[in-house]
Amino acid sequence: MRLNLKIWRQAGPNAAGRLVDYVADSVSTDMSFLEMLDVVNEDLTKKGEESIAFDSDCREGICGTCSLVINGIPHGPDRGTTVCQLHMRRFKDGETVTIEPWRARAFPVLKDLIVDRSAFDRIIAAGGYVSVNCGGAQDGNAIPISKDIADAAMDSAQCIGCGACVAACKNASAHLFMSAKISQLALLPQGQVERQRRVLSMIEQADAEGFGSCSNEGECEAVCPKEIPISNIALMTREYVKAVLAAK
Amino acid sequence: MTLDAKIPAGPMAEKWDRHKFDMKLVNPANKRKFTIIVVGTGLAGASAAASLGELGYNVLSFCIQDSPRRAHSIAAQGGINAAKNYQNDGDSIYRLFYDTVKGGDYRSREANVHRLAQVSVNIIDQCVAQGVPFAREYGGLLDNRSFGGAQVSRTFYARGQTGQQLLLGAYQSLMRQVHEKSVKMFARREMLDLVLVDGKARGIIVRNLVTGEIEKYAADAVCLATGGYGTVYYLSTNAVNSNVTAAWRAHKRGALFANPCFTQIHPTCIPVSGDHQSKLTLMSESLRNDGRVWVPKKQGDTRSPEQIPEEERDYYLERKYPSFGNLVPRDVASRNAKQACDDGRGVGESGLAVYLDFKDAIKRIGQDVIKEKYGNLFQMYEKITDENPYEKPMRIYPAIHYTMGGLWVDYNLMSTVPGLHVLGEANFSDHGANRLGASALMQGLADGYFVIPYTIGHYLASTPLPKVTTDHDAFKEAADNVQQRINALLAVKGGRGIREIHRELGRIMWDDVGMARTEESLTRALSRIPKLREEFWHDVSVPGSPDNLNQSLEYAGRVADYLEFAELLALDALERRESCGGHFREESQTPEGEALRDDEHYSYVAAWEFQGVGTRPTLHKEALVFDEVHPTQRSYK
Ligand SMILES: Cc1cc2nc3c(=O)[nH]c(=O)nc-3n(C[C@H](O)[C@H](O)[C@H](O)COP(=O)(O)OP(=O)(O)OC[C@H]3O[C@@H](n4cnc5c(N)ncnc54)[C@H](O)[C@@H]3O)c2cc1C
Ligand code: FES
Repeated sequence: MRLNLKIWRQAGPNAAGRLVDYVADSVSTDMSFLEMLDVVNEDLTKKGEESIAFDSDCREGICGTCSLVINGIPHGPDRGTTVCQLHMRRFKDGETVTIEPWRARAFPVLKDLIVDRSAFDRIIAAGGYVSVNCGGAQDGNAIPISKDIADAAMDSAQCIGCGACVAACKNASAHLFMSAKISQLALLPQGQVERQRRVLSMIEQADAEGFGSCSNEGECEAVCPKEIPISNIALMTREYVKAVLAAK
Repeated sequence: MTLDAKIPAGPMAEKWDRHKFDMKLVNPANKRKFTIIVVGTGLAGASAAASLGELGYNVLSFCIQDSPRRAHSIAAQGGINAAKNYQNDGDSIYRLFYDTVKGGDYRSREANVHRLAQVSVNIIDQCVAQGVPFAREYGGLLDNRSFGGAQVSRTFYARGQTGQQLLLGAYQSLMRQVHEKSVKMFARREMLDLVLVDGKARGIIVRNLVTGEIEKYAADAVCLATGGYGTVYYLSTNAVNSNVTAAWRAHKRGALFANPCFTQIHPTCIPVSGDHQSKLTLMSESLRNDGRVWVPKKQGDTRSPEQIPEEERDYYLERKYPSFGNLVPRDVASRNAKQACDDGRGVGESGLAVYLDFKDAIKRIGQDVIKEKYGNLFQMYEKITDENPYEKPMRIYPAIHYTMGGLWVDYNLMSTVPGLHVLGEANFSDHGANRLGASALMQGLADGYFVIPYTIGHYLASTPLPKVTTDHDAFKEAADNVQQRINALLAVKGGRGIREIHRELGRIMWDDVGMARTEESLTRALSRIPKLREEFWHDVSVPGSPDNLNQSLEYAGRVADYLEFAELLALDALERRESCGGHFREESQTPEGEALRDDEHYSYVAAWEFQGVGTRPTLHKEALVFDEVHPTQRSYK
């Protein structure tokens, strides 16, 4: 298979970027999308040209490192799939494929297809945890949690923090990301004590980072590789309203 | 050099408690005067940095990914062991200890393993308190499953994403300390050297992976939690950025490297599909609880699986190991898969695969239950292979997965360099020659949450540590050393790709230092590796500049270190002329083809001292003493 690639190249955070044409020859259908890029890069490297910078690590859909927009869609055409798990059998011979980085004010481009997502870490630092120090925890079975609640918390906890939700949103909102953590901890008994403080601090931090607000477009849910539903955002909004009222 | 493991005196079950009491404490007001560097934010590093921060130390935390949450630990699927005995099935601290020593084929240090089993119960409590959503039963209590090599159900899990949930728990605790300003986080930094002052570890040199700057950090003690070296085989289940670099550079500064040849090959991975492949995907071993492993009885049988009748299938694990069946330990399962394929009975296009079949389990408990237990794994399998495992048996094959070897540490997790502590997969201590499933997560968190917070305090309180800043000459020397290596890589300007050379190294390692090793294959590897290293330094192409984000440069540095380290791994394998655990020497097997240990000559930890690249390292031995669990031939019949 042969593909025409249009890839975003940008030398550094302050440099201007542009789409550059490449050809990927002898692409096999068993390759993952990133392996296809590895091959392109290996050819560039051998010619002494700088490789195309892109982020990846686990290559099995769980670390949240990979982050490419393919033909306008974060993580590409397959639902519930990170780009590292996208396979070339999904593409047709001769197709033209455009590859760009996440685009959002709060995720500045560092180089080519790599962006800075440290804003997500700062949102978690603002309150995305249960404040317990190590040592002194009671027995794990001392707090029974119904299976349904534990399962629902796990559904939300699956978020891999990749940022596709932000990249897909026209407001570059981080609501789906935040709401996943807030829902997980609001559902569990361990999260109750700091429930209100948590939602207020995290939302405040997201605003400070320059993420936009949510206008219910649902684009985030559509691209989320873990298919985390926007019902989490509804839950977060209720939590927020309650917290604001309680604070008054 | 004599290796002193510093194992506390007293009965096995009391050693750790006594030691905790005997160790010196750092006064709360003094803690913030001590700076501790923690490299790595996987389970071991994140739990250590968070706990040390909570205690009040001034912590500097480093990782190569863009966020500490993305460390390789995130990918662990199956679960974490703990001797809670919630299932009332006869588990206990002693049994977990016993199983781990036996599972490690009597090549681990008893006292460390006992401590690990002891603190395992606290880990679960801590993680639950953090809000880790472990699987629950309908009554609301924690659920358990049994996992490869264990006859009790002691494995706690969060669907097929246990590593993710445990790591996010530790990461959140870490970020909380970042918020409280007790921990400073440095992401996208790669440690490239260890700095010694007066013989003690006093700092590190890192490259800022965004700006390319070489940065210096000083501290009173350093913890390495930089993970394993499985990617020396190129293809493995590890994340693609996993590396030996930090450990190797520390080794070059004097930390002994222990048992590098103890590598684990996981039996259930998706087979290789082509040359382009960049990594192998693990199918959690929990699948062996419900899946049955088989190959056709006939050689060269190319029929599709559903056309092969029951009586023409060989469920070889069930046949050979009636009491453990499909749940034999990893090394045994892997070797048997290889034997079946070597015997010409492998399946799939390449003939390098065996079936893992869920048909009977689906009949017994229903597709819904199977889906609930393994849904994400089945989905992952289908994405990669384009085959539906609910209908067609999975094809699996062994792959490199975990490395038991690592930097040598004493009971306090300190290496042979005073002040340098090593945690998690990066050290060698607990798993001997073979790690049991669900025990790496346990060890990483044990080291970080419950061991290092005590032992590092003792070191700091009992060691004179005059103030050192990065102006010290030792920092300049180390930074220059790092800069020179970077310049050398960029200066080669040859015509070969870095990946191509890494792939070639991987092939040497897999063919000659893989699942079955011989005097001949290891000797061959020892002549091929230095040649490839020379080729690399003459003909590799590393484009780009040193002073910005340059992934080729990062990768080349890691491969260059692997080309040195691989030789040590092969040498260790050659010198250990016995089979044990994951290290299988064909010359040393029982008549039934099982690994045959030689306790008389090899009951020791092989700890190697660096003497220069291409120069034979010096071997130091730590004799292993078994007071509790008496070495026997492992049998899973
Ligand atoms: C696919 C898979 C599934 C697994 N499933 C299980 C399971 O079910 N149960 C189980 O018990 N174990 C499992 N394991 C094993 C287990 O996940 C690992 O052994 C464990 O997570 C290692 O943790 P760690 O903290 O030691 O290192 P890692 O998680 O590997 O973290 C290493 C850290 O070091 C950093 N680092 C590395 N080099 C440098 C450097 N030079 N400079 C700066 N930072 C550096 C990295 O950025 C990272 O933060 C699995 C492993 C794999 C591959
Ligand atoms: S590389 Fe880890 S999710 Fe894609």
